[in-house]
Amino acid sequence: MQQSDIDVRHVANLARLELNDDEVAVFQPQLEAIIERARSLMQLDVANIEPTAHPSPIFGRMRNDEPHESLPPAAVLQNAPDQAQSQIRVPKVVTDA
Amino acid sequence: MTLSTLRQKFLAGEITPEAALRDLANDIATRDQQTGAYLSHDLESALADASKADLALPLGGIPIGIKDNINVLGQPCTCGSKFLAENYLSPYDATVIRKLRAAGAIPFGRLNMDEFAMGSATENSALQTTRNPHDPTRIPGGSSGGSAAAVADRTAIATLGSDTGGSIRQPASHCGVVGLKPSYGRVSRYGLVAFASSLDQIGPFTQSVEDAAMILQAIAGFDPLDSTSLDVPVPDYLATLHDGVKGMKLGLPREYFGNGIDPGVRHTVEKAIAKLRELGAEIVDISLPHTEHAVATYYIIAPAEASSNLSRFDGIRYGHRTKQPADIADLYRKSREEGFGPEVKRRIILGTHVLSSGYYDAYYGRAQKVRTLIRQDFENAFQKVDAIISPVAPSPARKIGAGAADPLHEYLSDIFTLSANLAGIPGISVPCGNTDFDGAKNLPVGLQILAPHLEEAKLLRIAKAAEA
Repeated sequence: MQQSDIDVRHVANLARLELNDDEVAVFQPQLEAIIERARSLMQLDVANIEPTAHPSPIFGRMRNDEPHESLPPAAVLQNAPDQAQSQIRVPKVVTDA
Repeated sequence: MTLSTLRQKFLAGEITPEAALRDLANDIATRDQQTGAYLSHDLESALADASKADLALPLGGIPIGIKDNINVLGQPCTCGSKFLAENYLSPYDATVIRKLRAAGAIPFGRLNMDEFAMGSATENSALQTTRNPHDPTRIPGGSSGGSAAAVADRTAIATLGSDTGGSIRQPASHCGVVGLKPSYGRVSRYGLVAFASSLDQIGPFTQSVEDAAMILQAIAGFDPLDSTSLDVPVPDYLATLHDGVKGMKLGLPREYFGNGIDPGVRHTVEKAIAKLRELGAEIVDISLPHTEHAVATYYIIAPAEASSNLSRFDGIRYGHRTKQPADIADLYRKSREEGFGPEVKRRIILGTHVLSSGYYDAYYGRAQKVRTLIRQDFENAFQKVDAIISPVAPSPARKIGAGAADPLHEYLSDIFTLSANLAGIPGISVPCGNTDFDGAKNLPVGLQILAPHLEEAKLLRIAKAAEA
């Protein structure tokens, strides 16, 4: 069974996380060991067991759809690394055809 | 000075909230250079709050230190990370802060922590080392190490922390203070920077059980801004605090008293159990049969949720942004590479892996089912007993820098605390004595008490009886 295999560089890319070669060399065996440990759960029979996503009986409750005050734009923008014209500025997202 | 003592002094006119704040600021200036609990504190804004303090309120004029992952309007919120250390100021108050203010309290000071609350020693803070006030060569525990150390060092009257797998109870145990993790849903998480949303809870660190009850009273309750907060009445925690343990059944899980516990911790906890028996509690042997699977379950579920929650730190709206990225993808990848420390990266990668196609069912899906089995272990146990008692941690505080080279070994030390988060039940750490350990004298040991969901009143009552 290949389930414990983890390709750290591939997964880091999925997580939009750049890693240098030294980090890959450290993380790869560490994460393999952690996943090997997690494989102990495979011994358990979990047929007919419902998953627990949340520990309390109530979750995902909606609140009433009533207008309320939001953060003012200045408060939202105060932490933005780069801004212009009351908007957050980012590098070009759509490339030319 | 305890919170309740300070409150009496305020009411008797012996000291003003401004003077109490200035005293604390002096203590921070003299003692915290060594301890390193505080990342920052803003005396001027706290004094402005103090000048308007309504002493008639339950926490009127009481300064409370805040873990640096809970938003307080206009203050930093670094989460112990370089990612947020450069230029982030909170644009709003977390619900717990709003509730503390409504009860008259004054948020004062930002406390060090493991980066994004990931760790058990506060050594994963990217910003500062925090030392245990009982022995400055040792860790304060974590992740809320600053919150625990400040109370132990008496540079804070009381503090707030957060607990995802033991991050309030374990540092409380290592620092010899009271630390309470409420039931999941009891206290709003709105404004707490999320680590693992189905496990996180905010709770107090205090010098006494009574003080913990007073703070829980103020911060508990329904909040429409947290969809997991429970709309149920909050009992009067002080009303039953002194009712004692006579006639109560307290369970000792045999899986928690096996090998791997330091003999001094075992002896100290056994003395506390004997005291509870003398006070009239019946001590019962119980079993939590899936305990051996709790660490693996936790270290799948918590990183999975973290990898999702931490995707918001992308360098766009707040926090660190890399200089001169080639394109938008490069901006994400480099900002995160530069801003996050190694433990955060490890957990993001682990969490992304267990959620990725082909592995989801084998790891995350299965861990959620084992979580059900762990929850059922507690439900079955609470059919037989009122509460469960155990050590908080297998050993007292270790030396700074002496952690195991492999993170897996560190994770295993969370064994007694993280099941409560998986099950959503409340837990408290109460100082129960001291022990010699690893060449050090008189290191604090905590007794953990776990109660059924929403039974904080019972938890506090037992803790009060156990308190030295």
